[in-house]
Amino acid sequence: MNVNQSVPPVPSFGQPQPVYPGYHQSSYGGQSGSTAPTIPYGAYNGPVSGYQQTPPQGMSRAPPSSGAPPTSTAQAPCGQAAYGQFGQGDVQNGPSSTVQMQRLPGSQPFGSPLAPVGNQPAVLQPYGPPPTSAQVTAQLSGMQISGAVAPAPPSSGLGYGPPTSLASASGSFPNSGLYGSYPQGQAPPLSQAQGHPGIQTPQRSAPSQASGFTPPASGGPRLPSMTGPLLPGQSFGGPSVSQPNHVSSPPPQALPPGTQMTGPLGPLPPMHSPQQPGYQPQQNGSFGPTRGPQPNYGSPYPAAPTFGSQSGPQPLPPKRLDPDAIPSPIQVIEDDRNNRGTEPFVTGVRGQVPPLVTTNFLVKDQGNASPRYIRCTSYNIPCTSDMAKQAQVPLAAVIKPLARLPPEEASPYVVDHGESGPLRCNRCKAYMCPFMQFIEGGRRFQCCFCSCINDVPPQYFQHLDHTGKRVDAYDRPELSLGSYEFLATVDYCKNSKFPSPPAFIFMIDVSYNAIRTGLVRLLCEELKSLLDFLPREGGAEESAIRVGFVTYNKVLHFYNVKSSLAQPQMMVVSDVADMFVPLLDGFLVNVNESRAVITSLLDQIPEMFADTRETETVFVPVIQAGMEALKAAECAGKLFLFHTSLPIAEAPGKLKNRDDRKLINTDKEKTLFQPQTGAYQTLAKECVAQGCCVDLFLFPNQYVDVATLSVVPQLTGGSVYKYACFQVENDQERFLSDLRRDVQKVVGFDAVMRVRTSTGIRAVDFFGAFYMSNTTDVELAGLDGDKTVTVEFKHDDRLNEESGALLQCALLYTSCAGQRRLRIHNLALNCCTQLADLYRNCETDTLINYMAKFAYRGVLNSPVKAVRDTLITQCAQILACYRKNCASPSSAGQLILPECMKLLPVYLNCVLKSDVLQPGAEITTDDRAYVRQLVTSMDVAETNVFFYPRLLPLTKSPIESTTEPPAVRASEERLSNGDMYLLENGLNLFLWVGASVQQGVVQSLFSVSSFSQITSGLSVLPVLDNPLSKKVRGLIDSLRAQRSRYMKLIVVKQEDKLEMLFKHFLVEDKSLSGGASYVDFLCHMHKEIRQLLS
Amino acid sequence: MATYLEFIQQNEERDGVRFSWNVWPSSRLEATRMVVPLACLLTPLKERPDLPPVQYEPVLCSRPTCKAVLNPLCQVDYRAKLWACNFCFQRNQFPPAYGGISEVNQPAELMPQFSTIEYMIQEDDLQALKESLQMSLSLLPPDALVGLITFGRMVQVHELSCEGISKSYVFRGTKDLTAKQIQDMLGLTKPAMPMQQARPVQPQEHPFASTRFLQPVHKIDMNLTDLLGELQRDPWPVTQGKRPLRSTGVALSIAVGLLEGTFPNTGARIMLFTGGPPTQGPGMVVGDELKIPIRSWHDIEKDNARFMKKATKHYEMLANRTAANGHCIDIYACALDQTGLLEMKCCANLTGGYMVMGDSFNTSLFKQTFQRIFTKDFNGDFRMAFGATLDVKTSRELKIAGAIGPCVSLNVKGPCVSENELGVGGTSQWKICGLDPTSTLGIYFEVVNQHNAPIPQGGRGAIQFVTHYQHSSTQRRIRVTTIARNWADVQSQLRHIEAAFDQEAAAVLMARLGVFRAESEEGPDVLRWLDRQLIRLCQKFGQYNKEDPTSFRLSDSFSLYPQFMFHLRRSPFLQVFNNSPDESSYYRHHFARQDLTQSLIMIQPILYSYSFHGPPEPVLLDSSSILADRILLMDTFFQIVIYLGETIAQWRKAGYQDMPEYENFKHLLQAPLDDAQEILQARFPMPRYINTEHGGSQARFLLSKVNPSQTHNNLYAWGQETGAPILTDDVSLQVFMDHLKKLAVSSAC
Repeated sequence: MNVNQSVPPVPSFGQPQPVYPGYHQSSYGGQSGSTAPTIPYGAYNGPVSGYQQTPPQGMSRAPPSSGAPPTSTAQAPCGQAAYGQFGQGDVQNGPSSTVQMQRLPGSQPFGSPLAPVGNQPAVLQPYGPPPTSAQVTAQLSGMQISGAVAPAPPSSGLGYGPPTSLASASGSFPNSGLYGSYPQGQAPPLSQAQGHPGIQTPQRSAPSQASGFTPPASGGPRLPSMTGPLLPGQSFGGPSVSQPNHVSSPPPQALPPGTQMTGPLGPLPPMHSPQQPGYQPQQNGSFGPTRGPQPNYGSPYPAAPTFGSQSGPQPLPPKRLDPDAIPSPIQVIEDDRNNRGTEPFVTGVRGQVPPLVTTNFLVKDQGNASPRYIRCTSYNIPCTSDMAKQAQVPLAAVIKPLARLPPEEASPYVVDHGESGPLRCNRCKAYMCPFMQFIEGGRRFQCCFCSCINDVPPQYFQHLDHTGKRVDAYDRPELSLGSYEFLATVDYCKNSKFPSPPAFIFMIDVSYNAIRTGLVRLLCEELKSLLDFLPREGGAEESAIRVGFVTYNKVLHFYNVKSSLAQPQMMVVSDVADMFVPLLDGFLVNVNESRAVITSLLDQIPEMFADTRETETVFVPVIQAGMEALKAAECAGKLFLFHTSLPIAEAPGKLKNRDDRKLINTDKEKTLFQPQTGAYQTLAKECVAQGCCVDLFLFPNQYVDVATLSVVPQLTGGSVYKYACFQVENDQERFLSDLRRDVQKVVGFDAVMRVRTSTGIRAVDFFGAFYMSNTTDVELAGLDGDKTVTVEFKHDDRLNEESGALLQCALLYTSCAGQRRLRIHNLALNCCTQLADLYRNCETDTLINYMAKFAYRGVLNSPVKAVRDTLITQCAQILACYRKNCASPSSAGQLILPECMKLLPVYLNCVLKSDVLQPGAEITTDDRAYVRQLVTSMDVAETNVFFYPRLLPLTKSPIESTTEPPAVRASEERLSNGDMYLLENGLNLFLWVGASVQQGVVQSLFSVSSFSQITSGLSVLPVLDNPLSKKVRGLIDSLRAQRSRYMKLIVVKQEDKLEMLFKHFLVEDKSLSGGASYVDFLCHMHKEIRQLLS
Repeated sequence: MATYLEFIQQNEERDGVRFSWNVWPSSRLEATRMVVPLACLLTPLKERPDLPPVQYEPVLCSRPTCKAVLNPLCQVDYRAKLWACNFCFQRNQFPPAYGGISEVNQPAELMPQFSTIEYMIQEDDLQALKESLQMSLSLLPPDALVGLITFGRMVQVHELSCEGISKSYVFRGTKDLTAKQIQDMLGLTKPAMPMQQARPVQPQEHPFASTRFLQPVHKIDMNLTDLLGELQRDPWPVTQGKRPLRSTGVALSIAVGLLEGTFPNTGARIMLFTGGPPTQGPGMVVGDELKIPIRSWHDIEKDNARFMKKATKHYEMLANRTAANGHCIDIYACALDQTGLLEMKCCANLTGGYMVMGDSFNTSLFKQTFQRIFTKDFNGDFRMAFGATLDVKTSRELKIAGAIGPCVSLNVKGPCVSENELGVGGTSQWKICGLDPTSTLGIYFEVVNQHNAPIPQGGRGAIQFVTHYQHSSTQRRIRVTTIARNWADVQSQLRHIEAAFDQEAAAVLMARLGVFRAESEEGPDVLRWLDRQLIRLCQKFGQYNKEDPTSFRLSDSFSLYPQFMFHLRRSPFLQVFNNSPDESSYYRHHFARQDLTQSLIMIQPILYSYSFHGPPEPVLLDSSSILADRILLMDTFFQIVIYLGETIAQWRKAGYQDMPEYENFKHLLQAPLDDAQEILQARFPMPRYINTEHGGSQARFLLSKVNPSQTHNNLYAWGQETGAPILTDDVSLQVFMDHLKKLAVSSAC
C-alpha cells in the first residue's frame, strides 16, 4: 500500500477516471459530482489494485473500492499501510482472505441493500483463494474511503463496505467510478501495482511496528507467512477470471516475494509521520475534518485534531482513514477508567453522567439510584418533545432493579412503615422518596411526580428544619437515599394472603437424546450437591425454598419424595393434552428433610431410563405441569427445564421443523424469530399470573426452534441457556457452572414493576424478559440480579428545566424467603432547552443497549434490512442534529461527533453486523433466536462487551503485573503473530495463539513443545506451575467471574480452521457475513450525515 | 297335597328352580287371570356336589333358531339314532357319543383376575382396608392376575412390575376418557400394524404392556404388599367445609377401560372400595361443599338431586361396557354417610358384582364379608363364576317375558321371546358377568297357548336353561337344566293348579317385580299395584261369600301369601321412609340376587324366642312376641338382632349369669349368641350384628320389623300382659287382613 500511496498511481487511475465520472453520476449522483475531482485518484492507484479484487462481484461496483485506497494513504499512510497491509500481511496472511470475504458481503447489505444477493456469491470466490493479505487490506482501507461516497453505489453491489468510506471522501468517490472502469480494461496495470503492494507486505510490517502497533515478531517468521498467502493469491487467480482486476493481481503475487518487497519499502516512511499525529478528540468531541491535506496523512491530523473527511472538492489527495485516527473504544474506556475510576461516584447531584460501565467505581447513594440500578441514555432531557424529536436521541433508562452490588456498597435498606404500608401519593401512588416536598411545617407533602398535595399521616409526622427539610431526613432511607425497600403489607399480596416461600422444580428431559449424551446422569449427580446451595435470605440457616422433580419424554413423571417414604414414588401422567399435577403433598419438599429420598431418586433416574428408546418429547405440558404444581402449592417459583429436542410428540405446543435458511434476507425472515404457535404465549401468560418463572437449558443436536421455546422463559423473566451438541466431556464445566449460578442466584418472584415519572414524560415502551398485560405494569414471574428492563420515555408535555425530570421505579416482589417487598429506585435527571446540553450528557453504551434491543425486537415484525436501515438513519440523524446545532461551523466534509457519542458509529456498526441483524452462513436460526432473546434482557455492561468484544494481549504486560492487560482494538490488524490474545464477549472466550509465539511460551502454557502441537479447539488449559500459566488461567477465571454466564474457552491457532470463528469477533474488521469494517461504516455514516445536512 | 311341598323342594334341590305355579294353566287367558305370573326363580350355579361335569360337548338341536340341548325330555329313537327336540320338534341325528348331559366341560386358557380399586378417608380405616386387601392376596390363587388402582382427587393406576421406585400412572379425576385414550395413556396400545399385515395376530399374545398393571399374585405379592403398605391418604388438602375430592367415576372408568383393553371376555372382577361419595368428575354424586348434603329421597322426589341423573347415566354406561366385556364390578362402600350407591348400583346390579355397605372398613362386617368372597367350595375352587350367559328355551306354549336379577340382556330375539316384558325382557339370553352358587334370577314367562287350542291331557310344557360360564378354575362350563310341568285346564283343574301354587316363590317373584318397578317408578304406585294384585289373587282363589268378610278363607297353599305381602309392603325394598337412597339401593341389590330362602327372610324376617319355658322356638314377627322374660333373635338377612327382654336384661345386669347356681341363665344368654354366630358364618354379606335389650336404642331394629299389633293406639284394647307396644301409626297385620278380606269379598272391586 505504501507504495501505492506514495507513488500515486495516478496515471493508472487516470485512465479509469473517464469511466469513473460516469459511474458517479449514475450511481452516486450529486456527490460524486462534487467530489468528482479526480485528484484523489492519484493517491488511489495503489489501493485500487487491491481494490479490484473486491470488485469481483460486480465489475462496475468493484471500482468504488478503489477510491478508498487513496484515502488511506492520505490520512495515515503509515498507519494504514502498516496495519492494513502490513500488519495483516505479516501476521495474518491467511486471514487476509477472510478480509476480502467480509468485505464483499458487508458491502452488500450496507451500502446497497438492493443488490445484496449478488454480492455474496462473489464473496465466496475470493474466499477460497485468499489474496495476499497485504493487498486485501490495502484494498479495504482504500475501498472504504472511496466508498463513503459510494454508498450510493450500492448498485454496484460492492455494498457498503467499499463505498462507505466516508471518504474523506468525496474525493474518493470518483475513484469508485474509476473502479468500474478498471475491471474492464485496465486491470492489468493495476494489477501490477497491486501485486507489488501485496508482496511488500513484509516490509510494511516493519512500518507498522513503527506506528506503534504490536511489534511484529522477527522478520523471519513473517516471510514464511507471506508465502502462505501468496499461494492463495494464485489460486485466487482462478476466480479472478471473471473479474479482470483480480486476475491481474494474483499474478503479481506469484512473483518472487523479494521483488515485491522492495517496491513497497519506499513508501513506508511517509506513512509513519501521519500516524503520530493520530486523532485527537476535540473538546466538544467533534472530530475536526482533515483539511485539504488529505494527501498527507500527517498534516491533517496534527493540524486539526478533528478527524473527518474532507469535502471532496478541494482535497485532491484522497486519503485513507487511519484506524488509529478514528475514535477508539479502547482509548475511551481507558480514559474513563483513568479519569473516573478513582473517585467514588456520588449520586447526590441531579443529572450527573456516571462513569462508563467498563470503569470500576464505587457508588455513594445520596439520593439517586446507583447507575448499577438505572442507567439512562441521557442525563439531560430536552424540555420539549420538539427538541427530543429533533435530536432523535432515544430517551431510555436501562433498569436492573435487583442488581447485585459489590461488597463495598450496602444493599438497599429495608423500611417498614407498619400496618398502613408504605407512604404513597394519594393520586399517582408514587412512593415516598427524597424528592417529595414537605410543606406546611411538615403536615403535608407535595408529590414530586404529580404535584398533588397529601396529608402526612400522624405517625409519620416530623418537623421541618429551616431549609424545609424534615429533621429526620437522614434517619430515613426513603428520604435520603435513591434506593431502598419497603416491607409490603398484605394489601400488596396476591389474594390478600402473604405468600408462601417459593419453590424450585427441576424438570428433566429423559428422552433418548438426553440419556445418550450423559446429560441426565451428570445433572442428577450435580443436583445432589447443588440442592444445598439454594438461595437463602440474609443470614438464614437453610433456604426456605422447596424443591420438586419431574422427568419427562412424551409423558411426564412426577416424583413423590416425601420424607416419610422409604423410596421415591413415581407418578406418570400421560394425559399431556390436559395437564394436571398428580400430587401435592410430597412433591415439593424441604431438601434437608427429604434428603435421603431425593438422593435415592437422583440415583435412580439415570438407571430407570437408561434403556429408554423414546425420542419424542413434549414441552408445553411440562411447563404447564410445573405451573400447576406451583398453583396447587399456592406459591411462586421457578422451573428449571432441561430439554433436548424439538417437541414433536402429540401434545399442546407441538412444533414442526420450520427452519428455512432461504428466508434470510426476505420479508419472511421475521417468521424465524416469531413463535410457531400462540400456545406458548398463552402458557406464559398463565405462568406469569402464577409467578412461575421458567429457566430453560437446551441441549439440542439440531434445530429445536429456540424462537418458540424461549417464549415462556422470555415472558416469565427466565433465562435460556443453550448447549449445542452437548457432550459431557466438553461442555460439562460450562453447563454445571451455569447451572450452579442459575440455581444459586437470588431471585425475586411474582414481581410487578412500575416506572413513574414526573409530569411531562411518560414511560411508553419496555424491553426485556417480562410480560405486560396493560401499558404500565411490567409483570415478572421472576426477576434475578442479571435481568434488566429497558424503558423508553416520551414527552407528553413540557418539562421544566428547574425541577428536572424524576423517575421512580417501584418493584413489588416476593423474596426467596417468601417475604413481600417493594424496592424503590429514584433518579433525578436534568432538563435542558439547549441541544448541546443533551449531547453533552449522553451515555453511548446505554444508547447502544437501547438501540440493540429496539432493533432486536424490530426483527420480529419487520424485515431485517428495514431494521438495519432504521438504526443507521437514526444514528445519522442523531449525529447530524448535533452537527447542525451544536458543533462549531466547519466544512461539510468534516465528520464531527459529539464527545459523548464518538463511539456511537463503531458500536452501532457492531450491532448492525451482529448475528441477528446480519447472519453469517454458519449462524443457525436457533443461534440467532437465542442471541436475540439474550440481548433483550442484557444490562449495559453486557451489551457493551457483547457487541464490542474485549481483546486482551497476554504477553505484552510484564508477567508479574496482576492487573488485566490493557485491551486492544478488535481488529485483525492489532494482532501480532508473536503474541497470544484472549477475546471475550460475555458468551465466548477465545485464546488466540499467534503462529510465531515463542516456544517457551507455548511450553509453559500448553505443555507442548511447539505451536503445531497445540490442539486446536482445546477448551481447557493444562494446569502448570509456572507464572505464565498461572497468570493466564487466573485471567481467564477472572474474566469468567465477571460474566453472568460461563464462557467456554476455545483455543484458536493462527491460520487454523477455527480461526474463522474467532475472526467473527474482530468487529472492527469487515465480517464474512458482509458486515462493514469500522472505517467503512464511519465513512458511510459520514455520508449519511452529510446527506441529511445538505 | 303335602307332596307338592316335597316336589317343590326336591325340584329346588335338584335343579335350583322354583316356579310360582307348578301346574301350568293351559291357556293364555286363564294364565293372566291367575294374577301371579308363571315365573321361576333360577339359581344357575346351585351347588350340586353330586353332579360331576360331563366331558362332552353338548348335543344341540340342529335347528338354527333352537339349538336346544339334548335332554332327558327329548324323545329318542334309539334305532334310528335320532332324537326329537322337545322344544321345536326338530328331529336330530345323534352324534357318535351320547350321554345324559347336563354339564359339560371345556378347557379354557384364561384365568380369573381381580382388579382392585381402593380408597379411604380415615387413617385407621385405610389401615384396616389395607390389611384386608393384603389378606386377600393370600387367598388368591397364585396365578391370578391382580392390579391396583387408587383414587382420590386423582386416579392412580399402579404399575406392579417395577423394581425400586414404585410407579403409577395418574389420571385427572375430572375427565372422562374413552377406553382407547386410557389404553394409549397407559401405553397399552401396540404400535399400529401396517394394514397389509392384518393377519390375525395370535390373540393369546396379550399386550405385553398389560403385564405392567396386572400381574400374577405370586410374582408381585411383596411388591403389592409394600405398595399397599405405603398407601397414604389422598395428599391433597381438604379445606374446611369441603368434602375430600373423590374421583370414583373416573377410577371406575379407567379400571373398566384397562380390563377392556387387556382381557376382554375373560373373567375379571373390579373391586371398588370407597369411603365416601364421588365428589368430582363424571359420576359425581355430590359437590365438595359440605354444607350441601348428599341427596335424600326427599330431594329426589322434589327433583332436587342435581347430579343424580348424570351420575347414574355415567355408571350405567360403565356397567354396560363392563357387562359387555364379561367383567364384573364389586362395590365395597364403607362410610357413615351415603356413598352414592344409588347412582352406582347398576355397576354391581348389571354385572353380577357384589355390593357391600358398612360403616367402616375397620368393622368385622366388612372384613369378614370381604374374606368370605374368597371362600372355596368342597373342590377347593372359588365360589364364583364369570362371564356367564343364560339361554332360556321354552316349548311352544310358552314365551319368555323377562328376567330380574344381576344380569343384562343380550338382546337375542327369538320365537320364544314375548312381546310383553316383565323385568329385563325382549330377549331369550342374558349375561351374568359374575355369579356365585346363590345368585338367583327371577325369570318370567307368558303362556301363549290360545284358549281354543287345548292341550291334550297329560301334556307337559318344558323349559331349558342353558348356562355357559367360566368356572373359577378357568374352565368354561355349560350347565343345562331342563324342566317340565304339566299343563292343566283352569276350568276343570283349578284345584290342581291351586295346590301346585308355590306361595313362597310367588311372593318372592312378585316382590322382585315390585322392586323392579319401584326402581323405575314411583313408590306408592308400586304399593297400590301390589295391593291390587293381592286383592285379585284373593278374589280368585279365596273362598268366601260375597260381601261377607268373615266368610273369607284361603287354602293352605295361599295362606301365607297375604302375610308376605304385608311385610313386603313394610320392607325397605319398597318403603324408602327412614332409608337413605343408598340403603334402598343396597337392600334392593341383595334382594334381586339372593335365593328364595334368603329372599323370604328379607321379606319377612325370622324371629326366634329363647326362654326357660322350652327350647328355642320361632315366634310370630309380632309385637306380642316381645316379652320380658324372653330373649329374641331376629334375622332380617341384613341384621341379626339379639334382644333381651326386660327381665332378662335386669338379670343380666345383676350378674346372675356369673353365678354358678344360675348357670342355666348363662346358657340361656349364650344360646342365641351361638345361633347368631351360626347365621353370621353362613351369610353373605355379613349381617350387621346387634346385641341389644329392652329399652336399648338399637332395639329399634326389632321394633321396626315386628307387626305392630300393639301400638299406643290400641294399647289398652289389648291385653297388657303380652308383648310390647310399638309407637307407630303403621297398620298392623290384623288391620291389613281385615281390609283385605273386606275388599276381596266386595263385589265393587
